[in-house]
Amino acid sequence: MNKETVIKIRDVEKTYNETKVPVHALRGISLEIDKGEFTAIVGPSGCGKTTLLNIIGGLDRPTSGQIEVNHQDISQLSDNQLIDFRKEHIGFVFQSYNLIPVLTAKENVEFVMLLQKRDTELRNKRTRELMAAVGLEDKMQSRPAELSGGQQQRVAVARALAPKPSFILADEPTANLDSTSTNNLLDIMARLNQEEEMTFVFSTHDQRVIDRARRIITLEDGKVLKDEWV
Amino acid sequence: MKQILKLASRNIWRNRRRTFITAASILFAVFFAVAISSIQHGTWDHMVNSVVHYHFGYIQIHKNGYWDDQIIDNVFDPSEVVSRESNYNGISQMVPRIESFALASYGTSTKGSLVLGIDPDREAHLTQPDTRVAEGQYLKKEDKGALIAGGLAAYLNIGVGDTLVLISQGYHGINSAGKFPVRGLVELASPDLNKQLVYIGLEQAKWFYGTEGQVTTIVADIEDPGELSGIVSSLRADLDTAQYEVMDYKEMMPDLIKAREVDTAGSQIILMILYFIIGFGIFGTILMMLKEREYEFGILKAIGMKTGKLSLMVWLETIFLGVIGCVAGILFSLPLVYYFYKNPIELTGKMAEAYEKFGVQALLPASMEPSIFLNQAVVIFLMITVLSVYPIFKLAKLKPVDAMRA
Repeated sequence: MNKETVIKIRDVEKTYNETKVPVHALRGISLEIDKGEFTAIVGPSGCGKTTLLNIIGGLDRPTSGQIEVNHQDISQLSDNQLIDFRKEHIGFVFQSYNLIPVLTAKENVEFVMLLQKRDTELRNKRTRELMAAVGLEDKMQSRPAELSGGQQQRVAVARALAPKPSFILADEPTANLDSTSTNNLLDIMARLNQEEEMTFVFSTHDQRVIDRARRIITLEDGKVLKDEWV
Repeated sequence: MKQILKLASRNIWRNRRRTFITAASILFAVFFAVAISSIQHGTWDHMVNSVVHYHFGYIQIHKNGYWDDQIIDNVFDPSEVVSRESNYNGISQMVPRIESFALASYGTSTKGSLVLGIDPDREAHLTQPDTRVAEGQYLKKEDKGALIAGGLAAYLNIGVGDTLVLISQGYHGINSAGKFPVRGLVELASPDLNKQLVYIGLEQAKWFYGTEGQVTTIVADIEDPGELSGIVSSLRADLDTAQYEVMDYKEMMPDLIKAREVDTAGSQIILMILYFIIGFGIFGTILMMLKEREYEFGILKAIGMKTGKLSLMVWLETIFLGVIGCVAGILFSLPLVYYFYKNPIELTGKMAEAYEKFGVQALLPASMEPSIFLNQAVVIFLMITVLSVYPIFKLAKLKPVDAMRA
């Protein structure tokens, strides 16, 4: 069966010139990621995992090369167009949860849908569904400070899924979590991947995440060292 | 917008201590600004009102050249102007007067005096001398007596029922002399006027100075001082300015108005310094908040919040801070301002003499004028709006990836 390609990367290079010696973070990376993948990008610190994720997510621009997300070349978009693009197509899960501290869990999940101007009924329905999916329907009115790290990261996953993005980029999502919370989170993500055919792309060092991934892309010195299906 | 408002209102309470310190600094600035402005406005309004309501009126019409050469020969027939009083919007009545000087004498005492020939009924509506009668009674129409200011009466040692003698030079150099039974004594708040004013009836004044029915002054009694400049313009447009001069109170008291302007400019500088200091305080808060929340702003941009909305949120947070400080400052200043509005500060010594030089009581009342309070809110709003340019600029330039790396 032909799978739809959601991310296509061609000869992407990224060089940082902020220091006297240029730092080549990515050196000609080419990749394709299809809908429904559960992919981990792994490699030692400084190999370019986060840079690659940032470029795929439109948070950073490549020095050269082409990025197509949903068949659109995002390297040509302006900053404001990129913000709109991210809002509609990409869900982010960050290492340190990054929920808005003054909003409740429910309001955090709703936030991007509000930016998308979705109607109240749809927002409420989707928020309830997602909070149930991440097992936090009883924590809807809790502020982030009242939740554990694992619970906050589950809310972050629900927030990333809320706008029905094309895929989710998760940068070291389990780095700050204990084993139980990590397993819970991975179970939820795996279930959403299977039930909603949601594409997940992780950057990670965590062996527990790597063990659950179906495709593992290993980077070293800004290049793809291995790209293997498990 | 609702979401942005919710975020902004909650964000200001994230760092309660900083919000409290910033709001408190705004509170003190507004408190002092309101107190200073209120006393200053109140004092000057009191001075202007004293002079306008006790004597000058808001607008006077004279024969052209009278103001520079205030002699009894510069009189004019008031009938033409008075007959037109109903033609002007905003003028309730025209009040003719004869104003000149005479020697006032009783027994062995003589003193220079300001003689005001008035139409008792019309003047009662304008400067209300009838309300200031301390002893005896007010003048009646066609009255042949006089009202004497308390200070002058004390100097001459004259009382109600005695006869005052006035001696002067009349129209075209005739000798003027007359005897006027004292009907009453008036106490005027203006110390200067209280030492020298004598009211006599208008017809008696015409007779005394031999002006052949002419007067020196017509005071236009206006309903709304806010319409002053419009009324002056329409009078100047309608009357023959070669024959008449139309003057408002500002032109008649340039020294007082100049002194007000100088004093106001001085306090504006003090207020500017005060707001400048507060502005730096608010700016410091904005800088701290921007630095502290750089990562969060990066996340918000990453998940799809546009710079405009982010800037609006930060601007609203700063505005909320300003509103809290401003409202608290106004509420704190209200009891003080109200106290001094009801109980003006009384000056003594040389300060009092300086005020009396302008012919007004040496009082410093506070003003409850709403614009004084409103102005502080406007200043804070404008200051915050200007200060918000910096975070808007910073947020526009903020790259999510750099912010999240910081």
